[in-house]
Amino acid sequence: MPRPMTITEKILAAHAGLDEVAPGQLIECDLDLVLANDVTAPIAIKEFAKIGVERVWDPAKIALVPDHYTPNKDIKSAEQAKMMRVFARAQEITHYYEVGCMGVEHALLPEQGVVGAGDVIIGADSHTCTYGALGAFATGVGSTDAAVGMATGRAWFKVPESIKFSITGQLKPGVGAKDIILHIIGMIGVDGALYQAMEFTGDTIERLDMAGRMTICNMAIEAGGKSGIIAVDDTTRAYMEGRSERPWTEYFSDASAVYARTYEIDAATIVPTVAFPHLPSNTRPVSEARDVKIDQVVIGSCTNGRYEDMAEAAAVIKGHTVHPDVRLIVIPATQQVFRDMMHNGLTDIFMDAGAAVSTPTCGPCLGGHMGILAAGERALATTNRNFVGRMGDPTSEVYLAGPAVAAASAVLGRIGLPEDLEEGGQS
Amino acid sequence: MKFTGTAHRYGRDVDTDVIIPARYLNTSDPDELALHCMEDLDAGFTAKVQPGDILVAEENFGCGSSREHAPIAIKHAGISVVIAKSFARIFYRNAINTGLPIMECPEAVDGISAGDRVTVDADAGIITNETTGAVFTAQPFPPFIKDIIEMGGLVEAAKKKVGAA
Repeated sequence: MPRPMTITEKILAAHAGLDEVAPGQLIECDLDLVLANDVTAPIAIKEFAKIGVERVWDPAKIALVPDHYTPNKDIKSAEQAKMMRVFARAQEITHYYEVGCMGVEHALLPEQGVVGAGDVIIGADSHTCTYGALGAFATGVGSTDAAVGMATGRAWFKVPESIKFSITGQLKPGVGAKDIILHIIGMIGVDGALYQAMEFTGDTIERLDMAGRMTICNMAIEAGGKSGIIAVDDTTRAYMEGRSERPWTEYFSDASAVYARTYEIDAATIVPTVAFPHLPSNTRPVSEARDVKIDQVVIGSCTNGRYEDMAEAAAVIKGHTVHPDVRLIVIPATQQVFRDMMHNGLTDIFMDAGAAVSTPTCGPCLGGHMGILAAGERALATTNRNFVGRMGDPTSEVYLAGPAVAAASAVLGRIGLPEDLEEGGQS
Repeated sequence: MKFTGTAHRYGRDVDTDVIIPARYLNTSDPDELALHCMEDLDAGFTAKVQPGDILVAEENFGCGSSREHAPIAIKHAGISVVIAKSFARIFYRNAINTGLPIMECPEAVDGISAGDRVTVDADAGIITNETTGAVFTAQPFPPFIKDIIEMGGLVEAAKKKVGAA
């Protein structure tokens, strides 16, 4: 009998060809997918060339997504995207997504069924941890790790300790997945889960849809986590069914598995939350942020750019007009999200309110393009980071919140709640 | 590996966006990246760093993005070694893979001020503050990681592996 293990330990053991693993153990795993984007792939491609292999290990198990500076922002970024395109064609990479079918990678790959439960995935993007929402072990790495992964199909890992977050009870109305994860990061800090796997459990998590689960696992890195993970259930199965391009494997933590720490969180104690500059852990209740005036609102990103996020924001903004001092930029994360928004009237709702609706891109989230802030400007965004200079000038500020708060704030011209709109929008 | 240089001292949670802002990520040219290293945290950084200088910071150095441009920018700006109380995990991995020496040593961080002359013996894990005379011992790398470093980084290690296969 192997030792009792967590879901993370079981996935890693299976991919290392071992019966059991323990935290701290250094192992080498077979990979199911290696991911890179237009920022990280160019370095990975240069490093790959140094290794001395002609072909990638498996062209069906590499995903290259030009999403950060695309559609090309400038000549330099066009050269980077071109380098990736040339490599993808030469290596016959199956999962290369050109502009026109491209989307924000961590929304796109689950949607397209490229990632699934039980996988071990490395991605040269820190938010690769998103796929833990499907019951996979997925972690961000740098370009060199991605290069070696592309060449060998393997990567080394130190088996992480796991932290268990048990969230139980009913969420208050107006509280969503973004509030849960901001609450947790505010509680444990930006290095509160350093080197560790964050396992999210409890009936509150079980009631979340896949979009919400992806929002939570997406931000594990903002607590320093190596990965975030949620065990497979019927919601996960319904999502993967007919979508997943490979058979998936379900793993579950043993009842007697060992955790570094366990946090019990009563869902009813979580309120609509906003992270103030300049750390995602700098959280406060939205109700205490109502005096913060804003110049821009961004709804989108790998954190909150899925259809459910758009629907949540549209429901709030419907019939209202964006505040004259605010630019509202709505960026569906994938072509499918954009198309569904159009078919269901969401695009009209946003445009009627005075929003700019854009083709998919990471764009403003990382201060790339499509909504850069001038000196001293403030944005509220559904994105994941609010570091100094993240969305533009080093003196600009980014506040992080969920889609409903973002939509309400765009109308109010200041940070606020949807319920503030019913009071006539006064500050 | 032995380095001597002047210490440049920073606080906790130095993130990859201030190490190399995303507005410069439309290139992967190391020398161009180096020109903007630490720009949003300390605009005078690249002007004052002399080759071999040492970067000292508190906890969680390199948090945020997976951009390998961060250790590359630091290395090409002339920094010989980063000493921190702790490192964010992707940065830690990227530093090892790209050959930027890093050391975890909370005592040394507390015992080094900006402008101090510091000598680091990376192989022995000994950090000496030449200005104050204080000597600190850093936590050694696990043997597995030491092997990667000794082989010259992850690509060199992989080269040996695919060559042997």
